[in-house]
Amino acid sequence: MVTDTENLNKEMTPTEKKAEERRAREKRVKELRERKAREKAAQEKQKQESAGKEKTPYELVRGARSKNRLTSLDFIKGLFRGFIELHGDRRFADDPAVIAGVAYLGDTPFTVIGTEKGRDTKSRIKHNFGTPNPEGYRKSLRLMKQAEKFKRPVICFVDTSGAFCGIGAEERGQGQAIAENIMELMTLKTPVLSILIGEGGSGGALALAVADEVWMFENAVYSVISPEGCANILWREPEKADEAAQNLKLTSKNISDLGVVDRVIPEKSRDPEKMLHDLSAQIIEWYKNTSEIPVDELTQRRYERFRKLGV
Amino acid sequence: MAFGAIFRKPKNELEKGGRSPDKRIESDIEMTETCPVCGYANPIGDLGRNMHVCSCGHNFRISARQRIGYLTDSNSFSELFSEIESKDPIKFPGYAEKLEQAKRSSREPEAVVCGIATIDGAKCAMYVMDPYFMMGSMGAAVGEKITRVFEYALANALPVVGCTVSGGARMQEGIVSLMQMAKTSGAVKRHSDAGNFYLALLTDPTTGGVTASFAMQGDVIISEPGAIIGFAGARVVEQTVRKKLPPGFQKAELLIEHGFLDSIVPRSKQREIISSLLKMHTAS
Ligand SMILES: [Zn+2]
Repeated sequence: MVTDTENLNKEMTPTEKKAEERRAREKRVKELRERKAREKAAQEKQKQESAGKEKTPYELVRGARSKNRLTSLDFIKGLFRGFIELHGDRRFADDPAVIAGVAYLGDTPFTVIGTEKGRDTKSRIKHNFGTPNPEGYRKSLRLMKQAEKFKRPVICFVDTSGAFCGIGAEERGQGQAIAENIMELMTLKTPVLSILIGEGGSGGALALAVADEVWMFENAVYSVISPEGCANILWREPEKADEAAQNLKLTSKNISDLGVVDRVIPEKSRDPEKMLHDLSAQIIEWYKNTSEIPVDELTQRRYERFRKLGV
Repeated sequence: MAFGAIFRKPKNELEKGGRSPDKRIESDIEMTETCPVCGYANPIGDLGRNMHVCSCGHNFRISARQRIGYLTDSNSFSELFSEIESKDPIKFPGYAEKLEQAKRSSREPEAVVCGIATIDGAKCAMYVMDPYFMMGSMGAAVGEKITRVFEYALANALPVVGCTVSGGARMQEGIVSLMQMAKTSGAVKRHSDAGNFYLALLTDPTTGGVTASFAMQGDVIISEPGAIIGFAGARVVEQTVRKKLPPGFQKAELLIEHGFLDSIVPRSKQREIISSLLKMHTAS
């Protein structure tokens, strides 16, 4: 461009030069406008396509990890009334990665437990990004046993990439804490409902997901290993997480087809108020039906529910 | 008990610190096995006589059949549920071939061998995991077989002796493998609630979903010396906390200090200790 103008300058009168410069400027502006319009159209088209198209499993994983999703605390506060948080495992510490307490739904007091990721950076750090230490699992077990004692139903909200992989966590028996939770939940003599609201990562998620019914949000994921971890083990390439996510069959559709969850909660509605209202009605209905089942039959059904998963 | 199998050399060397297969061929494959702790080249014949324990005390990894041979009274082991084999529940690319390969190299149909046996005369149901079948990972077949052992033991009022060695849940079976943790735990709980005894013997390595389920649910939990026992892999922990791991991290000797094991029992004493415990827990 610059060289062209220079060449032209040599041959032209000042008036011609000015006119030429103006034409060149107008041409550049027009080109710029056209390019912008093309880009915008392409963006719009892509947006429409991706809205119509199903998300890839790895897109779902990233969406499930997104800060924009409702966290366990949002559900606890949005669904229940009079939530009183209860702290500590009575053995060593209180783990902020697990939020637990009692609250009303309708006229019934529930024990509510959830892995909490936090929303902004500050609260995410406070809640250890939703990855519990053994104390988190021991706190849940303490309150589950308390629910059994007082014949309260239990609701768990699961949203975790997994149990925390730390030195102290290992030394204080991460595996033992999860093992005990799973075993005790199997025969807990009160109704238990678990809802996978975002990321369901491995044994650290299962420790709160052994229940009479397990529900899963449409855009949540549930997996034995993170796609990155799987790609790393299989190919030594965590970048191939996309492919691993595809292979692991971790979407709500896959998980539901395998019989691992009983209900998929649609996420079409963009209105969180309506979603919470509908969910609240579903939980009340679930409790109404489940509370009528004699407790021995309930634990027998729970056993059979998991017994049939496999070969 | 097939004694031919006892002295067979496993084809797939999976442990860290082991030599590469090529090197092993160079150093005369059938004659010696070098100890990763003290470096002594143990003649194979000596290892067989010493329950695959080096003179320095290191416990070599052994197959499920070898362990059954060392633990149980001769000809007392009667296998159960060997017909249960892995399917490919989520059609994971490459898994079917991997299974075939594992069957060939381990000469087992799955990563756990189950049955009933007597140990110094004490009768028990058993499951023994095999490190040479996909590192003892737990998929639906392993979960089903272990669940059936506990159900069988419950129905027959038998104690269970379980020997674990596992890299954890088998990721090629996706969520189905995770569900085995719940399934097996349910069976352990029912067996336990009926007053039956369960002894878990944890061997190197016992990790992941197996640690976080039936390995840690024994009434009595013992381990072999030096065994790595943990939930998360050491490398993952190191990457997460960005710190050097303390010495002895996840070793049995540290776990017993923290209160997660009842006893560390060398291989030569296991039969005696287990049979004594079985006798103490069986109504006379
Ligand atoms: Zn040695």
